[in-house]
Amino acid sequence: MTGFIDAFHTALRLIATLDPQLIEIVLLSLQVSLLAVVAASLIGFALGGALAVYRFPGRGMVTAVLSALMGLPPVVAGLIVYLLLSNAGPLGVLQLLYTPTAMIVAQVILVTPIIAALTRQACEDLLEEYDEQLRSLGASSSAIIGTLLWDGRYRLITAVLAGFGRAIAEVGAVMIVGGNIDHVTRTMTTAIALETSKGNIALALALGIVLLVIAFAVNAALMGVRRFAVRLAYA
Amino acid sequence: MLDPTVPPGGLKAALDGVRPLLPLELRRLTYAASGKRVIDRLDLTVEERGITAIMGPNGAGKSVLLRLMHGLIAPTSGEILWAGKRMDRELARRQAMVFQKPVLLRRSAAGNIWHALGLRGIDRGERAIRVDGALKLAGLERLASMPARVLSGGEQQRLCLARALSLEPDVLFLDEPTASLDPASTLAIEGLLIAAQHRGIKVVVVTHDVGQARRLAQDVVFLHHGRVTEHEEAKSFFASPHSEPARAFLAGGLVL
Repeated sequence: MTGFIDAFHTALRLIATLDPQLIEIVLLSLQVSLLAVVAASLIGFALGGALAVYRFPGRGMVTAVLSALMGLPPVVAGLIVYLLLSNAGPLGVLQLLYTPTAMIVAQVILVTPIIAALTRQACEDLLEEYDEQLRSLGASSSAIIGTLLWDGRYRLITAVLAGFGRAIAEVGAVMIVGGNIDHVTRTMTTAIALETSKGNIALALALGIVLLVIAFAVNAALMGVRRFAVRLAYA
Repeated sequence: MLDPTVPPGGLKAALDGVRPLLPLELRRLTYAASGKRVIDRLDLTVEERGITAIMGPNGAGKSVLLRLMHGLIAPTSGEILWAGKRMDRELARRQAMVFQKPVLLRRSAAGNIWHALGLRGIDRGERAIRVDGALKLAGLERLASMPARVLSGGEQQRLCLARALSLEPDVLFLDEPTASLDPASTLAIEGLLIAAQHRGIKVVVVTHDVGQARRLAQDVVFLHHGRVTEHEEAKSFFASPHSEPARAFLAGGLVL
């Protein structure tokens, strides 16, 4: 028990003194997940908007696959990217395995289905309400998509936050394609796994606290956005 | 009958020097949904002037007829001709519609009109002028920056009408625009419609408010079971309706 209390104290000290090793890991995690979420948002908005508006054969299938991929296990995403980027794989020449870029790619694969599926749902709900009015106004399909994305902006923000929450917390994908290399690809989650198994509980605990705080902050932001949207009758 | 001084094709079209839009002719128009004919071999000619009211009991097909005219849905069979031509993009751009339940985007009141003008490809300078003009016309200028969806029901419908009028349509369709509004809001909407008609805009309004039809319409189309049972000058329609369903409807009876 004293061991745990000591570790907890050390963890708090690491955070309070902005320990360089801790900060490096936190910043890399944030950088990877934020870039992944930006890329996934651009793809997800376009894909979700298009799926809501265009009618084509196989649309139901695509929608179902997208929903299923929302629950894609991170290790599987990691495995897929690993196979693509490994020396024997089709993209092996890029030499991206065990780099932050590989981790971003893996997280984009994880997060895009979440943002795309939530975007599609938001746009479809709006389209049900707007369809006749927009067609009466003579809107083209692309103009309709633009209108839906803008009018669904608060729901899209919550989709992005949900995607970020998933990216920052996952460990399987970044572990496989990043390799948890010190100073290069060590993220909060992979570091926690490693340091815990090494018995360095203090650092693991410090990272865990930071991760929790981020999760709480994302959740608070989600609730704030929702409340704001409801107040303007934009929900 | 018709005012001989009104040129064919509609007053506004004539003033604007563009090809005529009216009269609107429907020929043996049929619209079936899940095997049932909502509109059943309907023939109708809507003339270029004034306000035309489409009346009839619930389920007569009034809203469907309006959507067919405006091109929102395609007929199962039959023809819709605008001055002898089928609907195309250019003709569609000269029409606007106001729905029973106001459909407003999640933007400010002004933003809603701005967006609609943008969809019609109107440049930004002209857009700003028209947004101001439309808000003023509808008496909404003080609410310009308010989120549209927190406005009252009456204000929302006035905004929808202002948005439609900002497009400067030649033909304006309205589907029971005042069905759920209080008398003051209804009066405001009717005033805007009469003013629009004086500017040469053809107005086609679905209503089952007899008082509203009396106040607004020059001619009345009475619809029953997807067919026109009569199409008369308003005066003679209200004085002596010919068809049995219309007589019962005006007498306040239940028309099945």
